[in-house]
Amino acid sequence: MTQPLKKVGERGIGITIFAFAYLFFLYAPMLVLPFFSFADQTIFRFPIEGFSTRWYEELGERPEMITALWNSIQVGLIASILATIMGLLAAKAITRYAMPGKGVAMGLISLPLFIPEVLLGLALLIILNLASIPLSLVTIAMGHVMLCTPFAMSVLIARMDGFDKSLEEASMDLGESGWMTFWRVTFPLIAPAIVSSLLLTFIVSFDEFLLAFFLQGDQITLPLYIWGQLRFPSNFPPVLALGTCILLVSIVLVVFAEWLRQVGAQGDTPNVGVR
Amino acid sequence: MSAGDYIRIENITKRFGSFHAVDNADFGIKQGEFFSLLGPSGCGKTTLLRMIAGFEFPTEGEIYIDGQPVTGVPANKRPTNMVFQSYAIFPHLDVYDNVAYGLRKLRLDKAELDRRVKEALAMIRMDGFETRKADQMSGGQRQRVALARALVNRPKVLLLDEPLGALDKKLREQMQFELRSLQQNVGITFIFVTHDQEEALSLSDRIAVMQKGKVMQIATPRELYESPTTREVADFIGTINLLNGTVKSKDDKVAVVEAQGLGLVNVPLPADHAFAPAGAEILVGARPEKLDVVRGAPHPGEKGIKGDIGACAYLGDRNHYQVTIAGRAEPLQVATEQGDRSTLASFMPGEQVTISWGDNSLVLLPRT
Ligand SMILES: Nc1ncnc2c1ncn2[C@@H]1O[C@H](COP(=O)(O)OP(=O)(O)OP(=O)(O)O)[C@@H](O)[C@H]1O
Ligand SMILES: [Mg+2]
Repeated sequence: MTQPLKKVGERGIGITIFAFAYLFFLYAPMLVLPFFSFADQTIFRFPIEGFSTRWYEELGERPEMITALWNSIQVGLIASILATIMGLLAAKAITRYAMPGKGVAMGLISLPLFIPEVLLGLALLIILNLASIPLSLVTIAMGHVMLCTPFAMSVLIARMDGFDKSLEEASMDLGESGWMTFWRVTFPLIAPAIVSSLLLTFIVSFDEFLLAFFLQGDQITLPLYIWGQLRFPSNFPPVLALGTCILLVSIVLVVFAEWLRQVGAQGDTPNVGVR
Repeated sequence: MSAGDYIRIENITKRFGSFHAVDNADFGIKQGEFFSLLGPSGCGKTTLLRMIAGFEFPTEGEIYIDGQPVTGVPANKRPTNMVFQSYAIFPHLDVYDNVAYGLRKLRLDKAELDRRVKEALAMIRMDGFETRKADQMSGGQRQRVALARALVNRPKVLLLDEPLGALDKKLREQMQFELRSLQQNVGITFIFVTHDQEEALSLSDRIAVMQKGKVMQIATPRELYESPTTREVADFIGTINLLNGTVKSKDDKVAVVEAQGLGLVNVPLPADHAFAPAGAEILVGARPEKLDVVRGAPHPGEKGIKGDIGACAYLGDRNHYQVTIAGRAEPLQVATEQGDRSTLASFMPGEQVTISWGDNSLVLLPRT
């Protein structure tokens, strides 16, 4: 096979420095949030004046922030559940039925990922106006469904493609209807991917700013709230504290979603013959 | 096709686009029969089986099972069950729940369900494996679970798509044996797909040989081997020497044929010999083991022709020779039984010998 990998040292110190520098520039900006969230001051400046957890303690005293957080969670739940259902239907159609224009359909569903969000937001806003649909959390959630469905679809298609289709046929052959086959065979086998899709799409929606900005009514989501606080430096440290919490939860969720996806794929038994 | 057929395949054609995967298949299968579909890869065996199972629907024709037309009936409403080539054991369920899968929707009471599952597991000698999952079993064990899962529903017909294809040779031979005795015990009609002619010959009551979507011949293993009706079947089942020939004359039992390299020979007439009137261009077939190699005169009552030994192969239970004869470019394949140890390597390459054959060694086949 290939030669054994060289130890980094043999390649020279340069690449090591490059790798660390890269990681530093990638993640250092993120560390600013937790760093200043524990600083006992309201301006971003070195050296910091002291360590404090008071911004975290203050979190509970800001009802508008809590409302915005709760709004974001609601929007995220609606968007992730709808997007995952749509993604599931699309994945089923694409992996199980022969149909003309399959590639085109897949491309069209993924398109929102590649259109500048500003344009998407503008277009949706115009349409909602034309249809005289009032802007609200619901319209934000609908915008997020568009954005989240491609993510859900790609996670679920990968899983549906990954397992032996004769399992579903075997269930039909043993007398089950298409619907019961889904419940008794397909669903248990793709369950990890469904959870993974829910988590991923929830985070996509939770983080989303631009579409929410265009489609907001009188209720705002958390990213909009944070944006709004930029005008008031005194409000900033608690926002940092909140941001740090969100960062942590997001990382945990993404890692968990990825882990689920991989565990799900490992569960595929080598269903053929002798091992 | 006779009235006693349990399954009837009536003029079944399946096209994918303009491609004929199955081309006008028309035959019947009897109740309790072990029936095989045999043919090379891509000849349409799986497609035909899947139409009987209800996973594919014919472009033309009708299928009847036990007198009922089932042509448009989906798989979950047919009295058939299938053993898949990949076995398709549900990976999230253990052996018990796999076998119980089809019974659950019958809403049997618990004791009855348990009894039937246990009975099925005992039948395939997998009792004690109830809590194993698919990835904790060998290929042979998974194969048995797939069988039990299908048979526990007491189908009218069991369909098997190359169920032994993934097993190694030893295990495959053992499973062939078990499959055959299992079929005789349960008395269920089996339709068995394979591309392995030895497997088909040793297991089946009857075999349908398929080629390029067409059913070429349906017969018992012995008939297929001894009296193939087409060149393709003769070639596909075992090895055969095919010689061009011309019919000189015939009575009601025997044709006198001028065969390339052999001269005038008598060949018994097959049941359907309309293709061979006097003067017709035909083929004469001779299986290697129906010929013999001797020194000097042919066996008493047989005919003989001189030839030179080319390549020899020692195959343990028999010797295989290629013998060149005058008037034919291709050497004849001759297989001789191994006698006692004194006859080992009794013929050497280059040696001049006589090929000996009797009238019943030869078969008459159409040229095309
Ligand atoms: N869904 C399909 N669409 C188009 N062509 C198909 C389809 N299914 C089968 N075919 C074609 O029909 C022919 C017969 O296929 P089939 O699977 O029945 O062959 P087989 O005899 O079972 O071969 P093997 O021994 O390789 O399994 C093949 O040429 C195959 O490419
Ligand atoms: Mg096949």
